[in-house]
Amino acid sequence: MRIDGKGRIDRTRRVSFSFDGHRHTGFSGDTLASALLADGVRVMGRSFKYHRPRGAMTAGSEEPNALVTLGLGAAQVPNCRATTTELHEGLVARSQNRWPSLGFDVLAVNDLMAPFFGAGFYYKTFMWPRAFWEKVYEPAIRRAAGLGALSGQPAEDRYERAYAHCDLLVIGGGPAGLMAALAAAEAGADVILAEEDVALGGRLLAETEEVDGQDGGDWAAEMAARLGAMPNVRIMTRTAVTGAYDGGTFGALERTAPDIEGRPHAPAGCFWRIAARRAVLAAGALERPVAFPNNDRPGVMMAGAVRAYLNRWGVAAGRSVLVFGNNDSAHRTVADLQEAGVHVAALVDARAHATCGHDVAFYPGAQVTGTAGRRGVEAVCIATARGEERIAADTVAVSGGWNPTVHLACHTGARPVWDDRLAAFLPPEGAVPGMRVAGAAAGHFSTRACLKSGLAEGRHAAKDLGLKAPATDLPPASDGSFDILPLWQVEGRGRAWLDFQNDVTVKDVELAARENFRSVEHMKRYTTQGMAPDQGKNSNVGALAVLAEATGRSIPATGTTTFRPPFVPVPIAAMGAGGKGKTFAPERFTTSHAGTIRRGAPMIEAGLWYRPSYFPRKGETHWRQSCDREVMMVREAVGVCDVSTLGKIDVQGPDAAQFLDFLYTNAMSKLAPGRVRYGLMLREDGHVMDDGTCARLAEDHFLVTTTTAAAGAVMRHADFAGQVLRPGWDARAVSVTEQWAQFAVAGPRARDVLADVLDDQGALDDLPFMGCGPVAVGGVAARLFRISFSGETGYEIAVPARFGASLFEALVTRAESLGGGAYGMEALNVLRIEKGFITHAEIHGRVTAFDVGMQGMMSRKKDFIGKPAASREGLMDEGREQLVGLKPVGAVKELLPGSHLFNEAAEPVAANDQGYITSACYSPTLGHVIGLGFLARGRARIGERVRAVDHLRGSATICEVCAPGWVDPEGGRMRG
Amino acid sequence: MRIPCPLCGMRDLREFSVRGAALPEPEGAAWSAAWDDYLHNRDNPAGESREFWYHGQGCGAWLVVTRDTVTHEIADVVLAGAEAGA
Repeated sequence: MRIDGKGRIDRTRRVSFSFDGHRHTGFSGDTLASALLADGVRVMGRSFKYHRPRGAMTAGSEEPNALVTLGLGAAQVPNCRATTTELHEGLVARSQNRWPSLGFDVLAVNDLMAPFFGAGFYYKTFMWPRAFWEKVYEPAIRRAAGLGALSGQPAEDRYERAYAHCDLLVIGGGPAGLMAALAAAEAGADVILAEEDVALGGRLLAETEEVDGQDGGDWAAEMAARLGAMPNVRIMTRTAVTGAYDGGTFGALERTAPDIEGRPHAPAGCFWRIAARRAVLAAGALERPVAFPNNDRPGVMMAGAVRAYLNRWGVAAGRSVLVFGNNDSAHRTVADLQEAGVHVAALVDARAHATCGHDVAFYPGAQVTGTAGRRGVEAVCIATARGEERIAADTVAVSGGWNPTVHLACHTGARPVWDDRLAAFLPPEGAVPGMRVAGAAAGHFSTRACLKSGLAEGRHAAKDLGLKAPATDLPPASDGSFDILPLWQVEGRGRAWLDFQNDVTVKDVELAARENFRSVEHMKRYTTQGMAPDQGKNSNVGALAVLAEATGRSIPATGTTTFRPPFVPVPIAAMGAGGKGKTFAPERFTTSHAGTIRRGAPMIEAGLWYRPSYFPRKGETHWRQSCDREVMMVREAVGVCDVSTLGKIDVQGPDAAQFLDFLYTNAMSKLAPGRVRYGLMLREDGHVMDDGTCARLAEDHFLVTTTTAAAGAVMRHADFAGQVLRPGWDARAVSVTEQWAQFAVAGPRARDVLADVLDDQGALDDLPFMGCGPVAVGGVAARLFRISFSGETGYEIAVPARFGASLFEALVTRAESLGGGAYGMEALNVLRIEKGFITHAEIHGRVTAFDVGMQGMMSRKKDFIGKPAASREGLMDEGREQLVGLKPVGAVKELLPGSHLFNEAAEPVAANDQGYITSACYSPTLGHVIGLGFLARGRARIGERVRAVDHLRGSATICEVCAPGWVDPEGGRMRG
Repeated sequence: MRIPCPLCGMRDLREFSVRGAALPEPEGAAWSAAWDDYLHNRDNPAGESREFWYHGQGCGAWLVVTRDTVTHEIADVVLAGAEAGA
């Protein structure tokens, strides 16, 4: 019911929306809950477990009952609080957890079964048969209990992420937050004022309070304008600070205003990471319920929410309101309602000593013991000193006191501190470095006290930041004492709810205590109290007070559960904003990418890189045809392959040679300028880290290559070696992977291709195997290396990356004219397996130099990383699995990497495991399948037969063990 | 968490990666009990801890970060090289 002349809504702008298919109208400035209440809709949802009809209980983000699904189809968002959902034209909202309708819900039968559904019901009941767990019980439970559902389709919501830095973050824009922001801003601090509501003012928008001689809401609007005009203040409304993290870092979720959200490409919200040097927590306080029987009936609301609906949205929560409280703040509800012409049925105050200045039926020392009514409250039972009494009312405005919103002060692990006078937990001091607490969050409950503490904390923060704070006047406002008689539960017939969202009653908590779940953390998990989106905002203190009573302990001795971020639910889409698709995994392209795509090559991922799989030609319908052709092309003519993805590290300095000696197992200092050497690198634990080549370009200048996969790890390793292990040496290493485009040119006709491309053929003729030197290509300074990963005459030529694309074209075109062409990763892999060369398929982190047959490369004469650990007996034991070649010799001709090796006669079970296959391919050069793998005592077993078994793919192959490397084992072709 | 890099200033945690306890490399190229201890045995202190961190998304410097594993308070950050006496 709307009250004329009340509220801060714009009555000139009507907004139509739908709820459960019915059309409704509200006003600009309404929330979904206020508009529904104004239209007489009280039931907004069904409860989690018992499917009880529920209405809005609060007017903020702590709402446990009025959870709705917004939107349709893929864009639907479940569990949105109707109390914070801004009304906008065309809003589509649906109630949840009911079937077929909100008014008639079949599963409300659960409520009749409630005696069987207490805490731990699931654990005790659905135990056998075990086969029913996943197929019968879980689907049934999931259907019966729960909240809203996701659409199951990919989310369309777009979220953004952003970062902000400030001197002072003020969390909460009520009277305390406004004063803190003003005081710090006037001192010159860079201030962010974050407020989860759409407007600044906090409780001032919900009360009839005067500040500075004017209406509190008007004063807040003036302050907002004043702060907004300051260049050093950023006001972020619709922004809930969700978590406090180490080092002054805060998470915050900003919702997009509905009028902007409707625009094309507008984001649904933004997840902020705010780094603040200081913070003032001015998050206010949350009013708490009292657990009296049937306190969940629609119409039972928080007293502060009743005032908020009246004063902010001009909505009377009911026609006849009974006010029930244990503290002074409940009394102002009576005054506000009567002033607006709403009938107040009674004021029930649990304090016997309370007095009342209002013209109302007043019951001091009395309690509400129950409610009655079908779809909502129709009558209220109260117990007074004279006995029971039944009063007709459709709304109960409850205040059990106020809980300071301590969450953010406790996010880093600290526990709040009990205050007897306020009967509430206060934030611990100094728990989050740089954060102080102001206003109601610190237990200051009067408007004047809030303004004063906000001002003081703002000034304190400014001084702490080294700023001089000018005098800021404290605006006059009402002050008052706060008197409260702790009241957590009222005895009586019927269930009394503590946690409305999770359907946890006083009985459940008492049962938990009886069954010895006496720790508050155990009780929470046994009963589910305070779980899920609620995070204990409504129920925490009440539930632990009941637990304290049931276990005979004090409230502080019982303690609270752990406060964890986020303070309000954050969509995964918001936290992961910017982490989808290409921003999740950026694409790294080589300079030959466009030319490769143009030649129709399918690309495969190598880390973030994209590399060609093969280059199909006309008539080739299977990748193997292309691969086989490319292999033979390299063996018989010439092939070109982009190898730029290999890591390249430039090492310079007088101590560069000594540094590389330390990094590699073999001696790079012995390398003459103009020569290249294969190198092996170990980790400190003595296992192989990576391999690659090391070229000495000049006396104090080296270029080393790493594998594509380990480029980052090797750079980090080299930095550690240079900066930490041998900091005194004069050598510097820097990654130049992106700076150079490098191409392998391999095959008997490789020289012919290069001869056409190089400016001076002389350099080519003079270059010996494993030599390197400067060359020129079209006047561009380039580097030529004579190295081979294919076993053929091979070169690698490197040019500055900007010339890569054109060099690739020139090389490939020339190669094609000679019966060759470009080759991809498949052929590259076959070529190296035919040669027995290793990659990270073999050096996978658990192998030693001994295992891959390179123990001879570990220099005895010098120190190198991994040397002490590699010398351990067990890492050179003859019984270890050693690198071998394998070829099928039985009827089955396939070899699958991942297969395990067994002795021919042994049963293929784990106990008989002899090793495994790491790489395998069809070799067009040999005409059969070959593989590489590790076999126990492998090098001594050449010629033996073993069985390769792939249990996953159901394959078994009899193989002969061979030396790894089939093509030209003496290496005459690559040297020639 | 934010780490004050001596070269880059206060930077977000995500620019760094941690290696582990900042222990000195044992002397000698032969396997020894000291090497065994260095490679395999780690304390798990509740309180002050000295760790190697790498500013990989920044200047590439290795740092020794002294921090409290309970409060996450960072007491000191120095270049690992400077610490080693370079």
